[in-house]
Amino acid sequence: MNRFENELKNGNFVVSECVNCKQIVWPTSDFCNICYNTTKWRNVNSIGIIIEFSKKNNSFFGLIEIEQNLRVMGKINANKIPEINQKVELKECSFNKTPRFIFEVIPN
Amino acid sequence: MIGNPGQILEWDQSRGEFNHPIYWGSMFTKAHKRKFNTTEEELAIVSAKNHKQAMDNPNSYSHEPYTISQIMNSKIITDDLRILDCSYPCSGSASVLLVSEDMIKKFTDTPIWISGIGQKTTSASFTKNNLSNLSSTISASKDAYAMSNTSSADIDVAEVHDAFSVCELMAVEDLGLTAESTSTEFIRNLFNTGDRKINPRGGLIGSGHPLGATGISQIIEITQQLQNNAEQRQIPNVKKGLVHNMSAAATSSTVLILES
Repeated sequence: MNRFENELKNGNFVVSECVNCKQIVWPTSDFCNICYNTTKWRNVNSIGIIIEFSKKNNSFFGLIEIEQNLRVMGKINANKIPEINQKVELKECSFNKTPRFIFEVIPN
Repeated sequence: MIGNPGQILEWDQSRGEFNHPIYWGSMFTKAHKRKFNTTEEELAIVSAKNHKQAMDNPNSYSHEPYTISQIMNSKIITDDLRILDCSYPCSGSASVLLVSEDMIKKFTDTPIWISGIGQKTTSASFTKNNLSNLSSTISASKDAYAMSNTSSADIDVAEVHDAFSVCELMAVEDLGLTAESTSTEFIRNLFNTGDRKINPRGGLIGSGHPLGATGISQIIEITQQLQNNAEQRQIPNVKKGLVHNMSAAATSSTVLILES
């Protein structure tokens, strides 16, 4: 189990950032896939935007962009149909066989 | 289906718990609806066409000529996918004999030549995809066309990777087989006229999707078409064919140009 998964188990969403070019390396890695320098771990911004979404069994899910090139698929809690580019906040993350991300829409 | 590492792509953690193919299929479908106002009926026509064409394929998984209405009313998987919009994972095998130019005459008098090939992987993560097109397919097809000195207008028959209905609509545009924004009209016309140019064996939706065997099955179909040996599925006067295969949620594509 790597650092990313361990931190998720504790409810922290961390990513690796290159110490040299400052790019987020995603999926996480100990080395930058652009300049091959080492990376450091840091928490991500908890605010993202909805790139696309759909619904299964009355529950919204979708593609969320958090920072730079950092996108994940997660559950989207919303009282009404979300909108593209609508802001969401990361409310919960965990790891059990797979990462799990739960976002909540921020009303416009 | 669940538990097959080839389908859930365990390395792609960016998909979180939504790692089943239906979720990336839903994202592409929703994005297509948003961009082109694609209707449920237009998506269902892809499936109806491929199920119908699979009726003449003795090796296909499906032998049901589903109507557009049956497809549109089939089981809801997500808001953007019905069960009959999905290819069916199954077991299967396929093989081809790949022989050098020097040796081919020992095996056949009617060889089919690979005149162009392109392969492109854009990422290991579905979440990096631009949802508005199949960028790996665009890149792979450019290489394949250039290597074979062929243009998309020269293609007489194509097997494209219809893992979900929307994939066929996207692929025919990204391979240049129809102009941008015309895929739904193009497929509807093929269906209405009985033209088998796209996925004559029934594609993945009609034939079933035995993962690794799918790509070879696609090559066999185009080979048989070029050898004028496709029986009830035969398209007349076929000179050039194309095979389009994707993997890892469209992050990787391979395109072959085959010629008689």
